[in-house]
Amino acid sequence: MNGAQDLGGMHGFGPVEPEPNEPVFHAEWEKRAFALTLAMAMPADWNIDMSRFARENRDPAEYLSMSYYQIWFAALESMLKERALVADDEIEAGHALHERKPVPRVLSSDDVLNVLHRGGPTERDTNTKASFKPGDKVRAKNINPLTHTRLPRYVRGHVGTVERVVGCHVFPDSNATGAGENPQWLYTVRFDGAELWGVDGDPTTQVSVDAWEPYLEPA
Amino acid sequence: MTHAHDHHHHDHDHSELSETQLRVRALETVLTEKGYVDPAALDLLVETYEKKVGPRNGARVVAKAWADPAYRARLFKDATPAIAELGYAGRQGEHIVALENTPKRHNMVVCTLCSCYPWPVLGLPPVWYKSAPYRSRAVSDPRGVLKDFGVTLPKDSEIRVWDSTSEIRYLVVPMRPEGTEGWSEEQLAELITRDSMIGTGLPKSPKDVAR
Repeated sequence: MNGAQDLGGMHGFGPVEPEPNEPVFHAEWEKRAFALTLAMAMPADWNIDMSRFARENRDPAEYLSMSYYQIWFAALESMLKERALVADDEIEAGHALHERKPVPRVLSSDDVLNVLHRGGPTERDTNTKASFKPGDKVRAKNINPLTHTRLPRYVRGHVGTVERVVGCHVFPDSNATGAGENPQWLYTVRFDGAELWGVDGDPTTQVSVDAWEPYLEPA
Repeated sequence: MTHAHDHHHHDHDHSELSETQLRVRALETVLTEKGYVDPAALDLLVETYEKKVGPRNGARVVAKAWADPAYRARLFKDATPAIAELGYAGRQGEHIVALENTPKRHNMVVCTLCSCYPWPVLGLPPVWYKSAPYRSRAVSDPRGVLKDFGVTLPKDSEIRVWDSTSEIRYLVVPMRPEGTEGWSEEQLAELITRDSMIGTGLPKSPKDVAR
């Protein structure tokens, strides 16, 4: 979706302000919101693309006014409510009021380190052949789906060069909607600064995105 | 962003709970009562990313790449297994690519769409990495962003920005500073900052660390 999360190339946010000796978390609730989001992925059975969409799928003004973990927490609440694992009145009351819905698994403390160490690799076997090879000129398609996509607006319609064939990876646009992993060939595609930003671009700059084959056409 | 304010507020007034704090606490209670989460698992998740996994991991990888040519070759050929040799692997680092800085080319990593970052080697990202100013300008004005960090590169040095739009995670391997001949990997690691592995900084000078 063309939401506020797609920030590349926007103006007006001011300078980057690094915080010296920044702590990993800035408040107790950030720790809990972070851990709850990771832990609930197992019983609630959502994937990373669904949670990314839950974070970006909000009023742009709201997105830009929320802190990072406020967005995480809002997305966590909405995903739990969508799946009827938690209801508003329970959050208001601060206690379980409704019957527990059966869930496949719960993340136990014994499993945490193994689950983190295993991660969630997204490369998949395929019988298909990659359509592009390194050096090929490709154009990022002009797509504007209302659903989740990982093709940023600032490259759409622009011509770049395939730098690397990464492999066949889970396709977020499908995975986010529950339509399945639908693995697709993934490429690192490099664009010249001048191609992306015209005369306002820096000619000594190149930018790459990782783009799945359905995002690309020959140029 | 509101973080600086929140930080101040929460640090100095623990009795007054914000609406968000109360809501997070309420949700944790509900999920615990329903048996969907194990509070000990939550504690361990927090402890892992607060205390164990952080940029010192990445610094060990880079120091080894500086000191050991065979390791360096493995790292640039296929970083994920090379990094796993040191015990770092898993979530948000399932597919890692190492990027080589040279006198002619400086690499810089961003995620314009969210906050993708190589957790096993760098830990959780700092607030600025996730912020609108960085995500908006890193791809259109990387030299301006570097200036915000106090970094100026030679004009003829090319800047290559990597927007982390897939599950591939990028780790910048900065150039080894001159004057570090004969240093051990442990000594070299002291020079390697988090920002130098994102590409918004450079390694410390040998003069800045006590040998």
